[in-house]
Amino acid sequence: MATEAQGGEGGGLVFHPMDQFKIKPLFGGDTIEWYTVTNATLWMALAVLAIIGLMVLGTSRRATIPSRIQSIAELAYGFVYKMVEDVAGKDGVKFFPYVMTLFMFIVFANFLGLLPMSFTTTSHFAVTVVLALLVFLTVTIYGVAKHGTHFLGLFWVASAPLALRPILAIIELISYFVRPVSHSIRLAGNVMAGHAVIKVFAGFAAIATISPVSVVAITAMYGLEVLVAFIQAYVFTILTCVYLKDALHPGH
Amino acid sequence: MATETHAAAGTAADAAHGAASAPGMPQLDFSTWGNQIFWLSITLVVIYFVLSRIALPRIGAVLSERQGTIMKDIAAAEDLKAKAIEAEKAYDKALADARAEANRIAGEARAAIQADLDVAIAKADTEIAAKTAEGEKAIAAIRASAVESVAAVANDTAEAIVASMGGKADAKAIAAAVTARMKG
Repeated sequence: MATEAQGGEGGGLVFHPMDQFKIKPLFGGDTIEWYTVTNATLWMALAVLAIIGLMVLGTSRRATIPSRIQSIAELAYGFVYKMVEDVAGKDGVKFFPYVMTLFMFIVFANFLGLLPMSFTTTSHFAVTVVLALLVFLTVTIYGVAKHGTHFLGLFWVASAPLALRPILAIIELISYFVRPVSHSIRLAGNVMAGHAVIKVFAGFAAIATISPVSVVAITAMYGLEVLVAFIQAYVFTILTCVYLKDALHPGH
Repeated sequence: MATETHAAAGTAADAAHGAASAPGMPQLDFSTWGNQIFWLSITLVVIYFVLSRIALPRIGAVLSERQGTIMKDIAAAEDLKAKAIEAEKAYDKALADARAEANRIAGEARAAIQADLDVAIAKADTEIAAKTAEGEKAIAAIRASAVESVAAVANDTAEAIVASMGGKADAKAIAAAVTARMKG
């Protein structure tokens, strides 16, 4: 009866793919004040603990011949360091701890979010908007402080014909201010969509005839999500480096 | 029936909840943003300080130390290689020296032997020459005495023949005749 009802009408199906993103107080109560400890708090804290476990405890022996965990930590270090150096330039290295913070947080939030029954902090715009705005403000404030009005050269394409430059300047200006929007929505959107799709397939698994397809689809989606979890962290980080390059070397 | 009540309950809950949020999108429930931003800020600050104060300097130090160790090892290896090449050169040089020395000694020995040999040959040559001269002298003496003896025998024989034939041998004429014959 229940199965029939679920299969029969879409509105009555018990899937609420977005329920997994609900923010709930961890220790009872209904209201969420700014200080309330929620599931988001829990999974952020777990990300912090995982990062400390990898980057601090994993490297505590400071071995010249690294253990496996230390190798991973060194790999992450080298990966982000090289990215910052290659994309933002040698003088961008002073932003390395900042970029590393963003990368580690996003990558751990994404992967912890892939655990069953977990909560994905990076699926929330509140989180990604803060991350993207931090980058945007860093780039803008640092750029203006370091280069002054010369920073506006970013919008004035000196290599273009003079007649085109004002038009290009408008386009560049718009694209500059759209950056934090695309930067944040890309991450949260990707993560959220993947998790929601998995949940939808999981909902279909309640129907006996479709369930094998559903399980296969969930498995496939999960594999894709593992990829997305890393790639979105990588994309966010490399875009941060690209924007930092603008702050360090404005002008084309 | 059950479905209907469930749906109704759901709608009611949504309605109750949806005052602040768009239906179905907890992300757009702005009442939770303050909470998330607050905890995210703490999270980021903690991660930043853990990374920038502890983890990154430590990993950086380990990596540069490893780089240093590798460089040092490579330098040591090159040092040893240079030493090996040097030793090989010294060995080659010693070998060449020894060879030259041997050649020199052999040459000297050869020269000394040659000199000794020359002296001995020269001495032998003079001795041989002396012996030859002596021999020749002896031969000449023997030949001379032989010729004299032949003349004397011829004289005697001629005298005897002449005497036996009944003639009176004139010694002077016989000697002259023998001498004339012997010139032949």
